[in-house]
Amino acid sequence: MTNNTETTSTLMAGPRGPKPTKLLSPRNIMLYGTLIVVALYYLLPLYVMVVTSLKGMPEIRLGNIFSPPVEITTAPWTRAWSEACTGLNCEGLSRGFWNSVRILLPSVALSIAIASVNGYALANWKFKGANVFFTILIFGAFIPYQVMIYPIVIILRELKLFGSLGGLVLVHTVFGMPILTLLFRNYFTSLPEELFKAARVDGAGFWGIYFRIMLPMSLPIFVVAMILQVTGIWNDFLFGVIYTKPDTYPMTVQLNNIVNSVQGVKEYNVNMAATLLTGVVPLIIYFVSGKLFVRGIAAGAVKG
Amino acid sequence: MTSVSIRNLDLQFGSVKVLKQLNLEIDHGEFLVLLGASGCGKSTLLNCIAGLLDVSDGQIFINENNVTWEEPSNRGIGMVFQSYALYPQMTVEGNLSFGLKNAKVPKDEINKRVARAAEVLQIEPLLKRKPAALSGGQRQRVAIGRALVRDVDVFLFDEPLSNLDAKLRADLRVEIKRLHQKLNNTMIYVTHDQVEAMTLADRIAIMKAGLIQQLDSPAEIYNRPVNKYVADFIGSPSMNFLEGELSSQGQFKVGGTVIDLKGYDYVDGPVASPVWFGFRPEHAVAGEGAEHQPATFQVVAEIVEPMGSDTLVWTKIEDQAFRVRMDGQAKISTGDAFTLGFDPARASIFDKETELRV
Repeated sequence: MTNNTETTSTLMAGPRGPKPTKLLSPRNIMLYGTLIVVALYYLLPLYVMVVTSLKGMPEIRLGNIFSPPVEITTAPWTRAWSEACTGLNCEGLSRGFWNSVRILLPSVALSIAIASVNGYALANWKFKGANVFFTILIFGAFIPYQVMIYPIVIILRELKLFGSLGGLVLVHTVFGMPILTLLFRNYFTSLPEELFKAARVDGAGFWGIYFRIMLPMSLPIFVVAMILQVTGIWNDFLFGVIYTKPDTYPMTVQLNNIVNSVQGVKEYNVNMAATLLTGVVPLIIYFVSGKLFVRGIAAGAVKG
Repeated sequence: MTSVSIRNLDLQFGSVKVLKQLNLEIDHGEFLVLLGASGCGKSTLLNCIAGLLDVSDGQIFINENNVTWEEPSNRGIGMVFQSYALYPQMTVEGNLSFGLKNAKVPKDEINKRVARAAEVLQIEPLLKRKPAALSGGQRQRVAIGRALVRDVDVFLFDEPLSNLDAKLRADLRVEIKRLHQKLNNTMIYVTHDQVEAMTLADRIAIMKAGLIQQLDSPAEIYNRPVNKYVADFIGSPSMNFLEGELSSQGQFKVGGTVIDLKGYDYVDGPVASPVWFGFRPEHAVAGEGAEHQPATFQVVAEIVEPMGSDTLVWTKIEDQAFRVRMDGQAKISTGDAFTLGFDPARASIFDKETELRV
């Protein structure tokens, strides 16, 4: 009998170890080729925007939109930020930016705070009618916004909030509720139920369990909710244009007004810079928290 | 004095009745094991005692207090879960003291109790660690510690060892037994593992479909199961069952063979009827010494399963499968003929129709 731990077996000629992979196999060419083409397709407009925003008007008039700027200038950016005109007002985008910030922060904080408690109650405290309540809430997510615009105008008028930032914050909070509640409920359902039971045996109440057990375990889903809300609210145009007045216009509405103003020459470089400025907040959010975003979306998909 | 008393307990989810008119009295310091296959309602019963599930009807008393509507934390119970359920963001110390902080226990008292629990369970070096940095066995100790610091009279265990590997399970089993001897509280322990049940319990309640089938000491359940379900469930390898006829003279007829049931302890005396003749594989004797048994058979080994400490041999008696446990050193291989003998007084006979013990 041979002792396998001590003798080495002789290897035969032929395949051995990991199977070699060719770098330029048809499969790889197809795969990476497609990916590169698609990436270019999406990045090209961005490139054109950045390049155009750094050119002066004479250079733009030459019509070579793909050529890099000969003379780099940041003047269009400062103009877009602080000088561009919307109607009679020539303060640039800065006012809209601060309006958007003032809308964004309370809307995000409020909607996430309420939705997380909603989701927690629906997932862990099975109260009577919980399922009916949840169904109604989810149904709300499928009603087209257009149907609700006019009733909300009346509600805001009666609440004396029409045209104010507070009114818009309220609208954003309410409209974020269905999807955020669903998100939080599903996340909390995926946490082990025994943890909740153990906390109850340990004498923690509704808020005790929420703040001391559930919250510390839920960072990923809070990041997901934050990203959804920040991008959603920042990019919102419809509610902004309907429920606010010119002094309280959010950035998106103001951007539209700058780009669409018909007086004088079309300043393409300023328009491009203004658009990039408006898009920079969601972009930063994605870059900073992209990793957590993916983790949060994936969490709850697989138990364990 | 009773520690936990369950009276006419009913529980239903929608139209499904999970527990049916269940009654159970548990004495102070008793170790009761709820044993059953999955879905029999044993964990549900434990959750009802803990107050984590609202009952549909009936009452629960702990220490003579009616706690049917009481919050889990006010019932005087500590609970240990299968998945440990440790709070991942807290250290071991935080886990142990969480319940006490909620109960507004003074700080030095908390420290004293945590230190005592850590000493009893030998987890003192782990106090500053997070649960993620602990092994399965250590986590389960911490989970037990969390129940221990609460200074309660009743401990509830919900399959606490099922997530551990076999060796660790055996170690912790002994430790739970030692803990019980030391603290002498009432313990209610849910498991589907009959070895845990047999080794730990003062009394075992075998459950099936929301009903308690038999509530008795481990020895009684093993030796005198009240029905065929219990007989089949307890014991590994499980009991042999031969289908045949019982005569009013106390003889069991299977095919052409007649076995005289001399010495069998009847519940009511023999009545002529079709029955199951149950016999444990470990009580049958094979080879040497078999001839001296009251009933003997010539059989052929069909399948041989060597397990080291003993060998399980599958044979046939009157064309019905019969297993016999032999010594691990026995030299036997498939196709060998041998003599098999047993004492019918050690059998368990069940009515064919009602499946109750005769």
